[in-house]
Amino acid sequence: MIKKLALSALAALAIGGAPALAAGGGHVHDYAFSFEGPFGTYDRAQLQRGLQVYTEVCSACHGLNLVAFRTLTQETGPALSDDLMRAYAATIEVDDGAGGFRAAGSPDHFPGPVLENAPDLSLMAKARAGFHGPYGLGINQLIHGMGGAEYIASFLTGFTGVEVEQGGAIFYENSAFGGNVAMPPQLFEDGVEYSDGTPATIEQQAQDVAAFLMWAAEPHQTERKFWGFVGVIFLTLLASLLYLTNKRLWAPIKDQAKHS
Amino acid sequence: MSGIPHDHYEPKTGAEKWLNRRLPIVGLLYDTLMIPTPKNLNWWWIWGIVLAFCLVLQIVTGIVLVMHFTPHADMAFNSVEHIMRDVNGGYMLRYLHMNGASLFFFAVYIHIFRGLYYGSYKAPREVTWIIGMLIYLAMMATGFMGYVLPWGQMSFWGATVITGLFGAIPGIGEPIQTWLLGGPAVGSPTLNRFFSLHYLLPFVIAALVILHIWAFHTTGNNNPAGVDVRKGSKEEAQKDTLPFWPYFVMKDLFALVLVLLVFWAIVGFMPNFLGHPDNYRMANPLSTPAHIVPEWYFLPFYAILRAFTADVWVVIIANKLSFGIIDAKFFGVLAMFGAIAVMALTPWLDTSSVRSGRHRPMFKSFFWLLCVDFVVLMWAGAMPAEPPYSTISLIGSAYWFGYFLVILPLLGVLERPTAPPTTIEADFNATVKAKAGKGKVAPEQIPAE
Repeated sequence: MIKKLALSALAALAIGGAPALAAGGGHVHDYAFSFEGPFGTYDRAQLQRGLQVYTEVCSACHGLNLVAFRTLTQETGPALSDDLMRAYAATIEVDDGAGGFRAAGSPDHFPGPVLENAPDLSLMAKARAGFHGPYGLGINQLIHGMGGAEYIASFLTGFTGVEVEQGGAIFYENSAFGGNVAMPPQLFEDGVEYSDGTPATIEQQAQDVAAFLMWAAEPHQTERKFWGFVGVIFLTLLASLLYLTNKRLWAPIKDQAKHS
Repeated sequence: MSGIPHDHYEPKTGAEKWLNRRLPIVGLLYDTLMIPTPKNLNWWWIWGIVLAFCLVLQIVTGIVLVMHFTPHADMAFNSVEHIMRDVNGGYMLRYLHMNGASLFFFAVYIHIFRGLYYGSYKAPREVTWIIGMLIYLAMMATGFMGYVLPWGQMSFWGATVITGLFGAIPGIGEPIQTWLLGGPAVGSPTLNRFFSLHYLLPFVIAALVILHIWAFHTTGNNNPAGVDVRKGSKEEAQKDTLPFWPYFVMKDLFALVLVLLVFWAIVGFMPNFLGHPDNYRMANPLSTPAHIVPEWYFLPFYAILRAFTADVWVVIIANKLSFGIIDAKFFGVLAMFGAIAVMALTPWLDTSSVRSGRHRPMFKSFFWLLCVDFVVLMWAGAMPAEPPYSTISLIGSAYWFGYFLVILPLLGVLERPTAPPTTIEADFNATVKAKAGKGKVAPEQIPAE
């Protein structure tokens, strides 16, 4: 019994790890994203809508400094056409290195944060994947595929409307954060106008920008899963062959033992 | 090389003879590969190969990662992201290296606990055990310094906490800490020296691994029955053993590929699961994370470190006896290193004359409780340092030390072990028969003896 317990505990540890604790302890809703699971991929239209939300709303304060404009053409990502990507980049001004500004080009990165206390969002979807609950065992992440994208969408829709004044500044209660935050609610019904006709509800905008930020944080996710799948198939075949080889190799030895 | 009688390499062709007179390297490799290995090794014996694979994997991926990494406080974080985004296949290299460390420690823990259960540390294998412990220590140093290199929040604060342990040494601690860090706090000099040492230590590990293998090739492998290979004659030895090639190479390769299957699935489908999300935020000396936790493989010892607070009676006594030199922080540091030290001293703490835990009924229960204790400590190490977790950590730590310092020495005297099989051959035959009997119950399969 103790042996069984120890084994199952070891197994849980092998897959569970125990690194992170839920930060703040707020409520995170389990949204269904297209990129969840071993075969999930990014939804191109959703990433493009998310880019629009990022551009029209988030980029007023936040930055996306690790993402290069050229990557927006990535087939497994937003897949903008080359012309569209260049036209988009040209609408954004970046530091020209001589104290002035110039229109961005394909190899440039998105600008960093505008406001000092607004974090860069490039890796936010991975930096906020930390609600490994319950009991720090990572079950939610493992079973429900809950990660940083769920947190971001929950955060953007999680404003309760309660405002608190602390030290001369206004703070806004947020149920996903589980406390008050300095950022006011930013998404409003029809706050953006989607060119593909998708109704721009708050929920829709939140999920779209969360998906876009997941892509920004992990642009090679689809490729990684592909190689993961190829490797698993290859190793399964190799393991089967080695199993048969090993069985055959040991057969005379075991036969001898059986008849000893 | 081995004390077990077996056929040695004989150069046959002219070229082989020519080389053998000048450098007997083919003979060395032949004898290493053909070492007589106990027939009855079970599946717990496959982790050595997994560990050898891990070392190679980490060195190979690491060398390529270094080609794209910049060890500077302002650039390290972004250079890792450069690897993840711009380097061809960089995300795979980085995730393999990152999760490779987890596989390495997972394998080493099973390998160590296998040794603890089957008494692999006992005479004549004490030197193998000690070298193994040195490898484990070098692994911990390497793993810790490697985790600092991406320069995320947990990298930075983990480095601050762990180097702070050396600062807890009374009197000379602070100069030592400053010397380790290369400055008053964790910064670019720290990152640079950790990078240098992170590159160096794996080669030290590789050298220790060669000594580890040399040592157990001299004594021969331990085995689940815990009885020695008969060494009277070559014929006798051959009844107990099989050459490592091809029998155990194939068996180990099969097991290795199964382990890699799981490993590859983790790398491909959930590579960040074992990491801390805070490490995707760049190191910020002005913002301390709410909970600083090390990687999962350090958590049991981290729990022991934090368990001994100033209100624990052993700490109070140590403090009084040392006239205040040993405070709670220093006591915790001593306990953490002591937890590994007692493990290294197991060969002399275990007084039982029977080697394998299989034949020790009382030992078994205490051993499995130690495994549970290890997992509980790991979990408690990830929790905040407050009740009830601090109490759980303290009980867990007490059992850890109790197992090595009290239970192991006493069991040798109090316990009545069961009789081990007379030979490895007998054990192997019995195991094979028992397995065959379990699968099919046809009467002709049941041996008549």
